[in-house]
Amino acid sequence: MATYSTNEFKAGLKVMLDGDPASIVENEFVKPGKGQAFSRVRIRNLKTGRTIERTFKSGETIEAADVADVEMQYLYNDGQFWHFMNPETYEQIASDKNAVGENAKWLKEQDVCIITLFNGVPLIVEPPNTVVLKVTETDPGLKGDTSGGGGKPATLETGAVVRVPLFVQIGESIKVNTRTGEYLSRA
Amino acid sequence: MRTDTSGDWQPVATLEVLRLRARLLEQIRAFFSGRRVLEVETPVLSAAAVTDPMLASFATRYIGPLFPHGQTLYLHTSPEFPMKRLLAAGSGSIYQICKVFRDGESGRRHNPEFTMLEWYRVGFDHHQLMTETGELVMKLLAPALGLNPPEKLTYREAFLRHTNINPHTATVLDYAAVADAHGIRVPIDLHQHADVAVWRDLLLTHVVEPKLGQGQLTFIYDYPACQASLARIQPDEPPVAARFELYLNGMELANGFHELADADEQRTRFEQQLHARAASSLPAVPLDERLLAAMCRDAQVSREAGCRERPLAHGLPDCAGVALGFDRLVMIACGARSIEEVLPFPLDRA
Repeated sequence: MATYSTNEFKAGLKVMLDGDPASIVENEFVKPGKGQAFSRVRIRNLKTGRTIERTFKSGETIEAADVADVEMQYLYNDGQFWHFMNPETYEQIASDKNAVGENAKWLKEQDVCIITLFNGVPLIVEPPNTVVLKVTETDPGLKGDTSGGGGKPATLETGAVVRVPLFVQIGESIKVNTRTGEYLSRA
Repeated sequence: MRTDTSGDWQPVATLEVLRLRARLLEQIRAFFSGRRVLEVETPVLSAAAVTDPMLASFATRYIGPLFPHGQTLYLHTSPEFPMKRLLAAGSGSIYQICKVFRDGESGRRHNPEFTMLEWYRVGFDHHQLMTETGELVMKLLAPALGLNPPEKLTYREAFLRHTNINPHTATVLDYAAVADAHGIRVPIDLHQHADVAVWRDLLLTHVVEPKLGQGQLTFIYDYPACQASLARIQPDEPPVAARFELYLNGMELANGFHELADADEQRTRFEQQLHARAASSLPAVPLDERLLAAMCRDAQVSREAGCRERPLAHGLPDCAGVALGFDRLVMIACGARSIEEVLPFPLDRA
């Protein structure tokens, strides 16, 4: 079992915390001049996404988590699982709903996502920061209004709904920021 | 040949901060010169080391004339021991500004080598030295920061005010309850094995310290006797150490003592610390016999302690001493969040 001592703590280190894989966000060394040293860390539970604080006595060790980030191409959804492929090794992997979560609405075939694997199983699926998706449904009216003010909801090919300017029409492709869910431009 | 293009040859501290450092050093020297306190220099490398289990000394090795087979030398964690030898030799009040070294300490407020201002005032007790420390720091910082007059709290008052518990009587369970109430979560084994001192430091660093020194200097004094370090212990209920610390902006700036002058008591404490080091599997270090010899008042005892000739020796005079972290002072003076901002070349660029 690999372990890390508090001296190895740094942002991004993947460790086991309360049985879940977690990532250190911030580590602060705290020590009274003539007293006990501590590592005060902010740490994100990779399963729940929640960030908590934890304090360790300097010199303590914590179990390492077998967590790795890999770039994989999204292939298809079979109704239950999302399938991805490593573009270099052609190795395929299936991710369940827990790992994909809300991000399912940004997944488009062929797009390269970052998959966080925990013990070889997908834990988090991160879509690209921006994706290009086709508008499948939006109010066709109000054509000619190019002021950009106001906006209207549009449903995209993946099922995502974003606010778009009034001039965007069905069949057009648009660029969207997946982190904020905001329309960026016509593609 | 490969050229490093990462840019980490460059200093971290700006030229402006380096000028501020120089200006503050000048002001400190002027302060002590005006009070007729003598500037001294003592060795960075020492055959003996600090025994405190909470301080780790760097060790290096000298080989050459005098020690053809090599001699382990420790980098000082503070210039305290040789400065006390000067005091015992009749130096009168002295100060020193020097680099000190502490292994294992790196973080937002720590760099393993840092600049310390340490001074000793003959005839002072710790309350008089707190007054002088306040005068110095106010002179250096108050014009720019507009600080209120300093406040003084006992260790007990500080804990009562910010945690509602009495640090002299509280149990591990009491500390754990306060930690819990403040959302401080620690590994379970701290509950099972840790002694009260560890919990006190946990709450001190996480709950009490951040509240201290807000807009004014806060002096904390009368420490638990087990944290006396090199301070005298005063009769009280329970007995307390004649030790103080200075805080500003939630940061520890200085640590001072009404210095223990009893050589026998000092030896006992060193030996207890060596036992504590062994119990924690920390490296054993040679204790400073020359300091102990200098502290001996009685010529007979001093000969037994291995002292060959001490023409001026008369034991450690009644005095108080304090060590102040100069880099942290600079941090506050320029509003730096991290010690790196006030060092030209911190650890990762050293």
